[in-house]
Amino acid sequence: MESFPILSLTTFLPLIGVAFILLIRGDELTVARNARWATLWTSLATFVISLLLWLNFDKSTADFQFVERLEWLPSFNIAYHMGIDGISLFFVILSTFLTPICVLASWKAITTRVKEYMIAFLVLETMMIGTFAALDFVMFYIFFEAVLIPMFIIIGVWGGPRRVYAAFKFFLYTLAGSVLLLAALLTLYFEVGTTDIPTLIAYAVPPEMQTWLWLAFFASFAVKMPMWPVHTWLPDAHVEAPTAGSVILAGVLLKMGGYGFLRFSLPMLPIASEQFVPLIYTLSVIAIIYTSLVALAQEDMKKLIAYSSVAHMGFVTIGIFTATQQGIDGAMFQMLSHGIISAALFLCVGVVYDREHSREIAHYGGLVERMPRFAFVFMIFMLGSVGLPGTGGFVGEFLILVGAFQDNTWVASLASTGVILGAAYMLYLYRRVIFGKLDKEHLKQILDLEPREIAIFTPLVILVFWMGIWPDPFLSVFDATVSNLLQNYQSAVAVAGPLNLAGR
Amino acid sequence: MIQLAIFLPLVGGVLAGLFGNRMGDRASQLVTVLPMLLAAVISCYLFWDVGIHGNSQTIQLFTWIDSGTLELSWALRFDTLTAVMVFVVNVVSSMVHVYSVGYMAHDPHKPRFMAYLSLFTFFMLTLVTADNFVQMFFGWEGVGLMSYLLIGFWFHRPAANAAAIKAFVVNRVGDFGFMLGILGVFFVFGTLNFDAIFKAVPEVAGQSFTFLSMDVDILTTICLLLFIGAMGKSAQIGLHTWLPDAMEGPTPVSALIHAATMVTAGVFMVARLSPMFEFAPIALSVVVFVGGTTAFFAATIGLTQHDIKRVIAYSTCSQLGYMFFALGVGAYPAAIFHLMTHAFFKALLFLGAGSVIHGMDDEQDMRMMGGLFSKMKVTAALMWIGSLALAGVPIFAGFYSKDIILESAFAAHTGLGLYAFWAGIAAALMTAFYSWRLLFLTFHGRTRADDHTFDHAHESPPVMIAPLLVLAMGAIFSGFLAKEYFVGHQMGEFWGSSILMLHNVIEEAHHAPDWVVALPLVVAVTGILGAFVMYILKPDWPAAFVARIRPIHRFVYNKWFFDELYDRLFVRPSFVLGRGLWKSGDGAVIDGVGPDGIAAATRDLAARASRLQSGFVYHYAFAMLIGLVVLATWFLFGFYR
Repeated sequence: MESFPILSLTTFLPLIGVAFILLIRGDELTVARNARWATLWTSLATFVISLLLWLNFDKSTADFQFVERLEWLPSFNIAYHMGIDGISLFFVILSTFLTPICVLASWKAITTRVKEYMIAFLVLETMMIGTFAALDFVMFYIFFEAVLIPMFIIIGVWGGPRRVYAAFKFFLYTLAGSVLLLAALLTLYFEVGTTDIPTLIAYAVPPEMQTWLWLAFFASFAVKMPMWPVHTWLPDAHVEAPTAGSVILAGVLLKMGGYGFLRFSLPMLPIASEQFVPLIYTLSVIAIIYTSLVALAQEDMKKLIAYSSVAHMGFVTIGIFTATQQGIDGAMFQMLSHGIISAALFLCVGVVYDREHSREIAHYGGLVERMPRFAFVFMIFMLGSVGLPGTGGFVGEFLILVGAFQDNTWVASLASTGVILGAAYMLYLYRRVIFGKLDKEHLKQILDLEPREIAIFTPLVILVFWMGIWPDPFLSVFDATVSNLLQNYQSAVAVAGPLNLAGR
Repeated sequence: MIQLAIFLPLVGGVLAGLFGNRMGDRASQLVTVLPMLLAAVISCYLFWDVGIHGNSQTIQLFTWIDSGTLELSWALRFDTLTAVMVFVVNVVSSMVHVYSVGYMAHDPHKPRFMAYLSLFTFFMLTLVTADNFVQMFFGWEGVGLMSYLLIGFWFHRPAANAAAIKAFVVNRVGDFGFMLGILGVFFVFGTLNFDAIFKAVPEVAGQSFTFLSMDVDILTTICLLLFIGAMGKSAQIGLHTWLPDAMEGPTPVSALIHAATMVTAGVFMVARLSPMFEFAPIALSVVVFVGGTTAFFAATIGLTQHDIKRVIAYSTCSQLGYMFFALGVGAYPAAIFHLMTHAFFKALLFLGAGSVIHGMDDEQDMRMMGGLFSKMKVTAALMWIGSLALAGVPIFAGFYSKDIILESAFAAHTGLGLYAFWAGIAAALMTAFYSWRLLFLTFHGRTRADDHTFDHAHESPPVMIAPLLVLAMGAIFSGFLAKEYFVGHQMGEFWGSSILMLHNVIEEAHHAPDWVVALPLVVAVTGILGAFVMYILKPDWPAAFVARIRPIHRFVYNKWFFDELYDRLFVRPSFVLGRGLWKSGDGAVIDGVGPDGIAAATRDLAARASRLQSGFVYHYAFAMLIGLVVLATWFLFGFYR
């Protein structure tokens, strides 16, 4: 597989699908049908090819693999440089896995401008994969920002009644971060003379410069995560986005922040990262407790799950900045499992929304009587979100807490309260929607999952259990990359000498 | 073959759970009951092989979590402690399975119920066979989940749903401690596997570490954190509030989960971790105090309740208190002994109560019963046996296990040991009293049920009575037969290395003074006679007595107001806080100052800027003139300074 550009193929295959869809002609129904099928097949093919990456991945090395490098702007020392390592592999696969699911989830829900919708999703897929596979900072920046465009359109065109407000809020927040990221990118370029990511990682940025660069990175990644207090775009965006938009938003887009911290902040700016650990811990712990309490008070299902995402991402940022093997392993695992579980929860909301066109919790109740299959899958994802051992949600949370305890017992203890609150708001949600008497007239005829929906949920259910019972295939991929990252991090911090480590 | 004892319930549960609706009620009962019975038979063999013959072993399955130095595997550890637990769990569970076939005969959701029961059993077995902390936690949470699902089994009842959530969340409060304890163990020992930790404990004893900015003793802190988990699962005072409410679940569930097995997980945990607790004397003192207090406090509430299941539930809570103070004084074998006998007689009592409820058309209030002896003689006789065992009357199982616990508490010769001893004696008096109050109110005297219900009251079918007979055997004989092995001369060989006792308090307990040995029996008989006087001879006395002590009765009847306190302290503030943070934190502050504020400010500025462009020439000329003046002034000052 040395010479075959499999990574580029994975990245750009969706765009080939787009080209096909653009050629479709005919009346509206034919176009819609063909666009759906073409998108489904393209995304499935992309997924299968991305699995080849996993199969051929060499776990024993921390080097970038499937590397491709072409000159692009040689006079500026900027190249087309792609490659993945243990950190990025699963994010690529997560993107290719969720896209076909999104297509299936939109099969009946989207009836207007189907062609455009499908094109948006395929473009989005390319941008997501590109973000995780780019090894040049300029390329990364382009992909990272370009993701916003299809997402902005998906929310703004196919969204709910307040979609324009939500789309703008989403765009403004993320763009504010991007401006600073661009400034940081330029600064680094003028300092080092290249935007090649491996070169930048190897370069020792002067400590006084690190602080400012770190803050600029932080502004961008913290918004994406999202961390408290720049999280308020997320509930609005989720509420207004169509189901599939929420799935991608929660499943992949939020992970770009965590990926940014792991790919840029930690390896390139270790000294500043170490300095700012207290800031990260504080914001994360606030996020966990604050948003969990807020989730308890929600009346809208999507908002509740959106707030729970903020709390779960709080765990991720803690894990990353513990700078321990367990913490980072846990953070990455948590991002993957949250990518599956929260995506599935939004799909669950989508199931009842498609039938009833309401996200109000009070609109439902007693669904288990008419929808036992739905109750079953919803239960599994609810428990995954609660972090019950045996589901994917537990492994990440547990490893993060193990890492956190080694670094700071306060953080571990306060974060652990999240397990109590998490159980409270999820069970309370489940009770109000699923249990109770089915006495609302409009629900008496509601139908259980149909085959298409079962096809969507089956792989997700399997994954939740797989990740909980036998997470080794995932964790072992992280191993070499993370330990290499930590080695470099610790030696850089050691060289810098004792920092202001007071207050641990 | 011994793996089968663990995995057969899983197979049955998954089959009935996934395909139950397709294969029908009868088939799903078969695929759960038969594997369960087989598992029970295998665990009897296990008990004999591991316990009596000392063939301990650990079976490694496969790697679970591997991250850096943290390595965890799925494994089945079989030593005597595990064998006893597997035996108890599988035997009681199989009986409850059989019983449920009859009890749930009219329920439309039989496959689901059987699946839950089997899956619960599987999780309980993974808990007791764990050889590391995290697998134990897996089982721990798994049984918690099944308990949640079974309490809320009748999902259309609001009370059942509320009780289910309460059980899960209160247990999570305990798990918070358990989790921190696990994290601390890994931090200190660098591993989570029991054997490696137990080996390293003596070196760590007495050392301290920094936890929450405090310098504290390592083992004391860790053991206390773990004990919080045990308190949650075993419903000890403070975290007990979920157990009485859990009676909303079907009665077989109460018998299996909330009496015989799951609630004893905390007791099992402390016994399993005896090599750690033995080096943490302060933590053990806390265990004694909590256990003694719970034994007393729960018994007082048991005196006042009217719901037949709630009386037994508080009795369970109280009996768990006995087990805990036994653990605390270092008499681990006595605690496990009582755990086993209690599992038999308490499951018997619950299932007997279920038989009454079944025969009385779902009536649970004892004020609506009475005189049922003539209608259901077998059930009444079996409930008598259960009560005799519970009260600790000689020959019956509870006599041996409860006595050795009280004697150990006395023989510990510590202030707290004596406290627990006297609390236990007081609780024993109350236990006997409320048990016979229950028997008299239910089976004897004149009936208070309406004619229709009383006429239709009937004995339960054989499928429900047969399991009761098996459990009654246990309630009668298990104490007498097992005492030599559990707490007698063969104690050392029997337990092997599964329990560590630095100081053999049980040996000393055998030399307790005569009055200590006799006292439990005296108070038990006193309690029974007291109940006889109050509820048979002078049935109007209780009401008169209650009227005399109205405030105290109100306090006790309302369960010491724990629920009201927690509601005011935690539940309501959480919702208020959540709403406040949402509306004012997110809405007014963050959005108001952030995106919405900036957007509004921009609009505002634009509106003002647009006003400048009025279109009148003299406005522009005036602005230019002003500008000119300002510039000129600025330059001139610059030159002359």
